[in-house]
Amino acid sequence: MGDFLQVLGEYDIAGAYWFNVKLAFFSGIFSLVLGTILALMRISPLPSLQWAGATYVNLVRNIPLTVVMMFAAFALWPQLGVTFSENLDQNFFWLAVWALSVYTASFVCESIRSGVNTVPVGQAEAARAIGLSFLPAARLVILPQAFRGSIAPLGNTFIALIKNTTVASAISVADISLVMKYMVDQHGNYVIPIFLTVAAGFVIIVIPVGLVVTLLSQRLAVAR
Amino acid sequence: MSDDTGAPRTDDGAGIPKPSSEPLVVLSDVNKYFGELHVLQDINLTVHRGEVVVVIGPSGSGKSTLCRAINRLEPINGGTITLDGQPLPAEGKALARLRADVGMVFQSFNLFAHKTILENVTLGPVKVKRVKSTEAKKQAMELLERVGVANQADKLPAQLSGGQQQRVAIARALAMRPKVILFDEPTSALDPEMVQEVLDVMVGLAKEGMTMVVVTHEMGFARKAADRVVFMSDGQIVEEAEPETFFDNPQSNRAKDFLGKILTH
Ligand SMILES: Nc1ncnc2c1ncn2[C@@H]1O[C@H](COP(=O)(O)OP(=O)(O)OP(=O)(O)O)[C@@H](O)[C@H]1O
Ligand SMILES: [Mg+2]
Repeated sequence: MGDFLQVLGEYDIAGAYWFNVKLAFFSGIFSLVLGTILALMRISPLPSLQWAGATYVNLVRNIPLTVVMMFAAFALWPQLGVTFSENLDQNFFWLAVWALSVYTASFVCESIRSGVNTVPVGQAEAARAIGLSFLPAARLVILPQAFRGSIAPLGNTFIALIKNTTVASAISVADISLVMKYMVDQHGNYVIPIFLTVAAGFVIIVIPVGLVVTLLSQRLAVAR
Repeated sequence: MSDDTGAPRTDDGAGIPKPSSEPLVVLSDVNKYFGELHVLQDINLTVHRGEVVVVIGPSGSGKSTLCRAINRLEPINGGTITLDGQPLPAEGKALARLRADVGMVFQSFNLFAHKTILENVTLGPVKVKRVKSTEAKKQAMELLERVGVANQADKLPAQLSGGQQQRVAIARALAMRPKVILFDEPTSALDPEMVQEVLDVMVGLAKEGMTMVVVTHEMGFARKAADRVVFMSDGQIVEEAEPETFFDNPQSNRAKDFLGKILTH
């Protein structure tokens, strides 16, 4: 046991988890913004926007995350010239954030849309009837209620996002799963404790998120 | 809150001012389909400023659709609707502006569930008419006072009774200072003991000269407050008359049949 702790000490475990947390944090924010915009497009009165939103969701949702991640690293940056930072590590970090955000946004969109479905149509009609046009009606009346109705699916989406951050190791972002791979390569006799340690770390990160989600969905439920 | 047009108004004894002869809402040859279903068939209807029109008719005859067409919650397939001489705009900002001039009170109240009673009433004035928040609150409190729910201002809609919610909904519509208010069966989702409190508010509005289109089967209200009853059946306006004439002496068989049914209930 003491030997295993010594092995762990050779690696910057906390620093590696910190990468996953940062990836989840930034991707969470960007995917929430992008997903909300997509949801607005899908519920908008303009057929062209509806179509664009639906196409995005149906396309991106059905591509494996690894493929999106590879696209970011091997096409978006070198081929299409999208550069987020001159620092190579930083650049890969933000490419990973891009991939995670683009991918997660499609799930956020659908979570919010399921929340929109919990808002009675009468709410939108009353908003229109007092003279609010689409965007103000969405911002002031529909989305505040829809978000509350979509906390549970959004929570699931963000928990999936936290775990999905490990896919960033595919483009050599030094996250915990990459560190885990090095550890397994170098200390094959400790494979099982290594796996258990990494898994436990995720459980510790994710459980509070789940608790907060449950609390919020109880607190913020809209009384009708 | 009266629309002061300068048009002469005489009192008819019941306290309800006579409407002016100035057309406010004009529907000409309006047609509306839901797929194959011809829900509004060549509807011609003029509502004058200050007039109270009660729309009555069997379920599915198109009363709600008529109401909703007037503020374009339902687009129409043919004909024209004008408000104060202006045709209804098709989309966008202009339509939103027009809707601000047409109040609507729904059967199911539709108060904004996440906002307090006060916020429900101030939202439109502040966000649509850009009234200053303090001013909007003051006006909202006056309106809530008038409909008798000022003491509930900080509660959420779900904490109020149906009758209270509907009175708030009327205050919310009034806060926009609309030219006309549409009521779609405002009392039919209410427990019987709450119907009168809402009807009282509506009679009050009628007395003040508000232009109103009211879908309702409350004959007491129609007799007391309506200038005209419009009877709809199968998407058509079958009969139009003053309340006494219509209820005591209906002309068409469809109206006789319908009145027979609601009177024996
Ligand atoms: N959105 C819709 N899509 C399809 N058909 C509809 C829609 N709304 C209403 N209808 C149909 O149009 C007809 C007229 O409906 P409307 O609601 O205007 O009737 P109504 O006179 O208000 O009836 P009620 O007294 O039951 O409220 C009905 O046959 C109804 O089923
Ligand atoms: Mg109806």
